[in-house]
Amino acid sequence: MTGPPFPRVAIAAAANSRQARRLEGHTSASVAVDAALLALAAAGLEVDEVDGVFGDDCGEVVYRLGLPAVTTSALDNVGISAVVEAAAAVQAGMCRVAVVASGGAGTYLDRDSTAPWTRPENEWVLPFGLYTAAEFALIARRHMHLYGTKPEQLATVAAVIRNNGHANPEAVYFARGPYTVADVLESRMVADPFHLLDCAMTSEGGCAVVLTTLDRARDRVARPVQVLGVGMDRIGPVYRYPPAWDLTGGRVGDESNGVIGRRAARQSFAMAGLRPADADVCELYDPFSFEIIRQFEAFGFCGPGEGGDFVSDGRIGPGGEVPTTTDGGLMSFSHAGRAQMLQRVARAVHQVQGVCASNQVPGAEVALCSNGGAGALFTDVMLVGAST
Amino acid sequence: MRKEGRAISGLLRPQAGPVPRTPRTALSAVFWDGCREGELRYQYFPASGQAQFSPAPRERSSLATEFEWRVSSGRGEVYSWSVVHRPPAPVFETPYVVAIVTLEEGFRMLSNIVGCRVADVEVGLAVEVRFHRVDEDLTLPYFAPVGSAD
Repeated sequence: MTGPPFPRVAIAAAANSRQARRLEGHTSASVAVDAALLALAAAGLEVDEVDGVFGDDCGEVVYRLGLPAVTTSALDNVGISAVVEAAAAVQAGMCRVAVVASGGAGTYLDRDSTAPWTRPENEWVLPFGLYTAAEFALIARRHMHLYGTKPEQLATVAAVIRNNGHANPEAVYFARGPYTVADVLESRMVADPFHLLDCAMTSEGGCAVVLTTLDRARDRVARPVQVLGVGMDRIGPVYRYPPAWDLTGGRVGDESNGVIGRRAARQSFAMAGLRPADADVCELYDPFSFEIIRQFEAFGFCGPGEGGDFVSDGRIGPGGEVPTTTDGGLMSFSHAGRAQMLQRVARAVHQVQGVCASNQVPGAEVALCSNGGAGALFTDVMLVGAST
Repeated sequence: MRKEGRAISGLLRPQAGPVPRTPRTALSAVFWDGCREGELRYQYFPASGQAQFSPAPRERSSLATEFEWRVSSGRGEVYSWSVVHRPPAPVFETPYVVAIVTLEEGFRMLSNIVGCRVADVEVGLAVEVRFHRVDEDLTLPYFAPVGSAD
């Protein structure tokens, strides 16, 4: 055990603003601000106490909250990475109350095309019609070739996560199911092997996470949460180079893109002094069904090529050994441009605080969350748990 | 719901219309000029013996800067593939196949597979380059099964 990375810091609260397919009249900043106010209220903290704002549009959020000069993020930082940045700032004494906020609204208007954040603009892939679904499909296809992974196993993941959203009153696709494996396999093909229901949907909404000193958090909330471990793996920029399974940095001993996140997970578990089996719940990033199978392998929950079997037999559903993406994730809860990365952290925090409106894992002490995927050449991992 | 422009059982063909593109760099222009002239050009770095695509001032493993342009045989095999039915933008006619192709010289590139049916595409399929002239500024390197008719 190397110890928790931010011992003086706690996550006091997390919140989502309302999520919907469209939120007329809203902007990405306005929903991020809505979420920030909800998270501060849940943390028992006043806006005037905020002296750090982090996330991809933090300048606008600072301005819209009417704050004086505060500590802010590096450009475009999102999700787990932005939470790390905020935690490091609190740990270092650069701020005492940090809000990480992100939102997406009003950016996806041309519905004849896929969402703007799914489309690369690189000269080596653009003319060939590549976009996120096809990028992740290239990864999935290679795994199917190497290990015999089946479309039914991919569909099992999609059905489980979509049913989690079906049961979640706060999900965009609440009560839209339930879904069977057959429903997924019968939905129209988007980018083989992904059917429509294997893919994330698109929506709008905001998310925020509030961090402060552990001492202050103990005064304000019943159950402060701490970052037990974290790791961030990246092998290149998103959506610029063909996402080959065995892409490496070109040097001896490099791990390949197919298992990206392995180093991040090992580091996270080492910091926490825990093993994969200690995770009570996994709030995994689910842009496409196969990515869940890949992450379980990369994170050490099962061996290479065993992910397809691992997600079967009810293991990842409610009441299973490793309940996974319990709010419905990007497929059913929300996928609002970039806020969904932070929403994986928020859901992990809610699980540990015991406040989930649906699919609360009883007595959850340790939650793993992730961002990214092999189609995007990066995977970040974070372990959160109740403070001791 | 959108209708597909091509039958799934039909022969995969180059995109008939315009395709999106981005501005070129001094390095990438050499590659695209090659395509127009019927050559699949790639960077070869003598110090490391590595072939590199896409072109960049340094080779990734050796970080060497000395390179020469070489012309690929254009033959390779499919590393991975996907049949796209929902394109990123309406300009693309579906279905089409995106694939990562490993060339004989060791470099990889992303392209589309043409000249066969969707059902014929598989990992390991032997393919060769087929240049498709889109307009006077752009010729795309597609790949087709070795020996297949255009």
